[in-house]
Amino acid sequence: MRRLACALIGATALLAVQQAAAATKLTIATVNNGDMIRMQKLTDDFTARNPGIELDWVTMEENVLRQKVTTDIATKGGQYDIMTIGTYEVPIWAKQGWLVPLDNLGPSYDVDDLLPSIRNGLSLGGKLYAAPFYGESSMTMYREDLFEKAGLTMPEAPSWDFIAEAARKITDKAHEVYGICLRGKAGWGENMAFLTAMSNSFGARWFDMKWQPQFDGKAWKDTLKFYVDLMHDAGPPGASSNGFNENLALFQSGKCGMWIDATVAASFVSDPKESKVADKVGFALAPDRGLGKRANWLWAWSLAIPSGSNKKAAAEKFIAWATSKDYLKLVASKDGWANVPPGTRKSLYDNPAYRKAAAFADMTLKSIQAADPTHPTVDPVPYVGVQFVAIPQFQGIGTAVGQQFSAALAGTTSVDQALKNAQALTEREMKRGGYIK
Amino acid sequence: MATLHTRTTARFMLSPAVLLLLVWMIVPLGMTLYFSFLRYNLLMPGMEAFAGIENYQFFLTDPAFMDALVNTLLLVGGVLLITVVGGVFLALLIDQPFWGQGIVRLLVISPFFVMPTVSALVWKNMFMHPVNGLFAWVARGFGLAPIDWLASVPLLSIVIIVAWGWLPFATLIILTALQSLDQEQKEAAEMDGAGALSIFAYITLPHLARALTVVVLIETIFLLSVFAEILVTTNGGPGTASTNIPYLIYAQALLQYDIGGASAGGVVAIVLANIVAVFLIRMIGKNLEA
Amino acid sequence: MARAVTRRRKLAFTLVGWTIGLTLFFPILWAILTSFKSEGEAIASPPSFLFFHWTLENYAEVQARSDYLLYALNSVVISLGSTGLGLLVAIPAAWSMAFAPSKRTKDILMWMLSTKMLPPVGVLVPIYLLFRDFGLLDTRGGLVAVLMLMNLPIIVWMLYTYFKEIPGEILEAARMDGATLAKEIVHVLAPMAVPGIASTVLLNIILAWNEAFWTLNLTASDAAPLSAFIASYSSPEGLFWAKLSAASTLAIAPILVMGWFSQKQLVRGLTFGAVK
Repeated sequence: MRRLACALIGATALLAVQQAAAATKLTIATVNNGDMIRMQKLTDDFTARNPGIELDWVTMEENVLRQKVTTDIATKGGQYDIMTIGTYEVPIWAKQGWLVPLDNLGPSYDVDDLLPSIRNGLSLGGKLYAAPFYGESSMTMYREDLFEKAGLTMPEAPSWDFIAEAARKITDKAHEVYGICLRGKAGWGENMAFLTAMSNSFGARWFDMKWQPQFDGKAWKDTLKFYVDLMHDAGPPGASSNGFNENLALFQSGKCGMWIDATVAASFVSDPKESKVADKVGFALAPDRGLGKRANWLWAWSLAIPSGSNKKAAAEKFIAWATSKDYLKLVASKDGWANVPPGTRKSLYDNPAYRKAAAFADMTLKSIQAADPTHPTVDPVPYVGVQFVAIPQFQGIGTAVGQQFSAALAGTTSVDQALKNAQALTEREMKRGGYIK
Repeated sequence: MATLHTRTTARFMLSPAVLLLLVWMIVPLGMTLYFSFLRYNLLMPGMEAFAGIENYQFFLTDPAFMDALVNTLLLVGGVLLITVVGGVFLALLIDQPFWGQGIVRLLVISPFFVMPTVSALVWKNMFMHPVNGLFAWVARGFGLAPIDWLASVPLLSIVIIVAWGWLPFATLIILTALQSLDQEQKEAAEMDGAGALSIFAYITLPHLARALTVVVLIETIFLLSVFAEILVTTNGGPGTASTNIPYLIYAQALLQYDIGGASAGGVVAIVLANIVAVFLIRMIGKNLEA
Repeated sequence: MARAVTRRRKLAFTLVGWTIGLTLFFPILWAILTSFKSEGEAIASPPSFLFFHWTLENYAEVQARSDYLLYALNSVVISLGSTGLGLLVAIPAAWSMAFAPSKRTKDILMWMLSTKMLPPVGVLVPIYLLFRDFGLLDTRGGLVAVLMLMNLPIIVWMLYTYFKEIPGEILEAARMDGATLAKEIVHVLAPMAVPGIASTVLLNIILAWNEAFWTLNLTASDAAPLSAFIASYSSPEGLFWAKLSAASTLAIAPILVMGWFSQKQLVRGLTFGAVK
C-alpha cells in the first residue's frame, strides 16, 4: 500500500516537473468572442517578432472563464500569465494588489491615445492596470427597411417613448417579426447589464449614499414595468432566456425590428457573410427619458497580468502587441478595417479609412463618450460602474436580482413581487457584506 | 489457520481503498467544516474571522433554500420515475425479437455516452429554443404557439434532459436482469392461462426488484448533484424555479466567492444527501441482501 | 396461423422498436447533421434534414481554433489512467469484501457510496488550495487521482457484486491443491472475473470521460480534456449552432464509438448484483 502511495506521488510529481521545465511559455486566458478568436489566429505575427516566447491559449465561454480566473487569482494559483478581464474586475482586483501596473508598455504604445472614459475605467490612482483590447457601449440598432415600411424615422437620439411606440408598430408576429429584442436571460452581465443601464436613464439607482438598496422606489418600478410591458407586446417569444448571443442570432436572421445592445454587435450585424440584414441596419444612440442620462453602458475587455506571474516582461510584450496601433493595422490588412477591435483608441476614430469602412464608427464613439462610470446615475451613488456596481458582492447579487427580473419577464411572478424579492435579497447580502447594519 | 491468514490478507487488501477514500473524504470535508465556521470571502482577503454558526444561519434562511430543496427532490424523483418506468418498458421491448434489434439497442443506449454539458447545450439550442428550436417548428407546423420550454416549464425541461441521459443506464441494467429470467417459469404460467399482464405483475416485476433497487440507488447518488445541466440551460431561473441545492451552493461559491457560506451549504447538502440515503436504504435496502 | 401471428407481432415490435430507438437517438443525430451545415442553414426554418449543402467548414474552423487531438489525448490519458489506478486499488478491496466478508462489509460499502454525495462545488476551493500547494493544478496526474477517487466507490461496488457470484468452493478447492494467493488470483479468479472487470472498466471510462466539473476547474491548458474543449464553444458571439455541433460531435465521437463496439461487454457486467 505504501509503495502504491509512493508510486502515485512519484508519478504526479514527475508530471509536475515536466511542466515546469518548459521555456518562456505564456498561458493566456481569454473569452471566446470573435475579436479574441481573431487575435488567436494572428499570433504568428507576434511570435515571429519575439522568438523566445511561446503562447498557450485557454479560450473559454465568458462565465466559465470568469470563474476560473477569479478562483485562480484569489488563491494565487498562478496558472495564467495574462488574463482577459473586464471593467468590473479591474478596480476590485487592482485594489487588492492582484494586478501588475502596466507602466512599461514601451515608447510606441501611446497611452494617451486611449479613449479617456475607457482608460479611467481601467485605472486606479492614476495607474493603468489593464490594457483595453476592445471597448464597447450600448446603442440602438434598427432595421431601416422596416422603419420605412411603417412610415417611421429613427432620430439620432431617440426617447424611450418613441422606441416603445415604434416597436409596437413594427411587430408582426404572424411573420415572426418582433419590434424589439432585449436581453432577458438572468445574469449580472446579461439582463442586468441592460436593465441597470436602462434604469439609469429612468432615474433609478442600485444604492443610495448609505448603501441602502433602492428597488422599492418608483424609478425602478417604472423601469421594470416599462420593460416587461414592452417585451410582452413587441418582444420575441422566449425572451427570458435570450442573452446577447441569442438576440444577435435573432437580429441576424431578420426577426428583430430593433435591438439595444453592445456596440460591438454592429460589425456582426453588418457582416454580409453572417447577417441576412447586413445592408438594412441603421444605428442610433441608446434611448433616454429626458433626465440627462442615456441607457448606455461602458465595458472594455482588457488584458492584465496577475501579480503572481513570473513572466512579467514577456507578458508585457504581448499585451503591448495585442493592444497597439499596429495590431489594428494588422487586422485591417488581413480582414479589413470594419473588423478591427473597436472602442479603445482615439486615433482609430480619426482614421478616414476606418470611418469609411465602418458605418457604425461615429455612433460607437458617441456612445462610449456618453457613458460615465464615475457618475452613472441621475442621483448620486457611492459606487463606480454604469451597468454594474464595482463591489465584490455584485456578481452574486446581480445574478440573483437578474433571476427575479427574468421571472417577471417570463410572467411567473409579477413586477411588484420581483422588485420586492430583489429588495429583500439585496438587503440581506449587503448586511452580510457589512455595508449596512 | 487458513481462514485467519485469509482474514489478515483481506484486511490488508481492503485497506488501500478504505484509506484513500477516507483521506479523500476527510481532508476536504475537514477543510469544508473548518471554512464553514469562518467568515471567508475569496475576493476580500485579510478579513477572515471566526463566524460561529452565522454561515449556516445565512444559508438556511436564504429565501431560495426551501425552493431549492423542493426542486432537488422533484428533480431526483422526476428523473427516477421516467427512467424506471421507461427503462422497464424499453427493456421489455428490446427483449422481444424483431428485425434490427441489435441496431435499435445501440441507438437506445447512445445517450448514456453523451457529456451532460453537450446534451444540455444541444437540447437547449436545437430543440427547446422557442424560435429556432425543432419543438417550436413542430408546434408551429400544427398551428400551435411554440412553448418556451426553459422559461415556462424550466424544471420539467431539465428533468427531460437529465432523464434522456439516464434512461439507457436504467434500460441496460433492467435488460440484463430480464434476460436472466427463467423462461420455463414464464412458459408454465402461460400454459396455466395467465395473461401477459399478470405474468408481468407476478413473475417479471418481482424478478426485477433487485435491478430496480440498484437503478434507484445509483441514479439517486448522481442525481442529487445534478448541476451542469442547470448551469448551461436556465441558470437556476426564472426566479428560483429551477434552482437546486448544488446550484445554490455554486452561486455562493463561484458568484459570491463566499467560501464560508458555500462550505456551510456543502455541509448541509451532505447531511441532506445522507438523510435521503438512509431513507432509501431503509425502504429498499432489503432488496440488496444477497 | 400461429406463424402469421408471430410474424405480425414481430412486425409490430419492429415498428415500435425502431420508432423509439430513433427518437431517443435523434438529438445526437441532429447534432451530427447540424455540424455539416453552414451557420445560416443550422437555424433555418423550416429546418432541412438531409437536403442541405453539406460542408466541412465547421470542423476546419474548430480545428483551426483549438487542437482537437491535444484535448482528446488528455481525455484518453485521464480516463484510462484513472480507471487503471482505480482497478489497482479496487480489485483487492472487492476481493476481500467478497471472499472474506466481515460484519462491517456492508457498512463499509455503504459508506464508500456515501462519499460520492459530497457536492463538488462545495469543496472546490479546498481542493483547489490543495492542488496549488502540491503543484497539481493543470496536471494530468492530479486529474487522474481525483477522478479515480470520484469513481472508486462505484468500481468497488461493481466488482464486489461480481466477485460475490463466483462460488467460494472453487477457491477452497484451489487452496486445497496448494495454490498460493497469487496463483489463486491469477489462475482461478481472474478468468472468471474478466467479464465483470471488463464491464467495470468500460463504465468507469465513460464516467471519467464525461466528468465536466473537476476536469474543467482544475485545468488550464496542458491537461485540459474535451470538457474544456466544449466550454470554448458554448456561447461565442454570433451564430454558433453549427460550430457547437461540430465540437460536440468531436467530443462524443470517440466514447460513442467505443461504447457501440463494446456494448456486449458493458451489458454483460452491468448488473451490480441485480441478477442472481
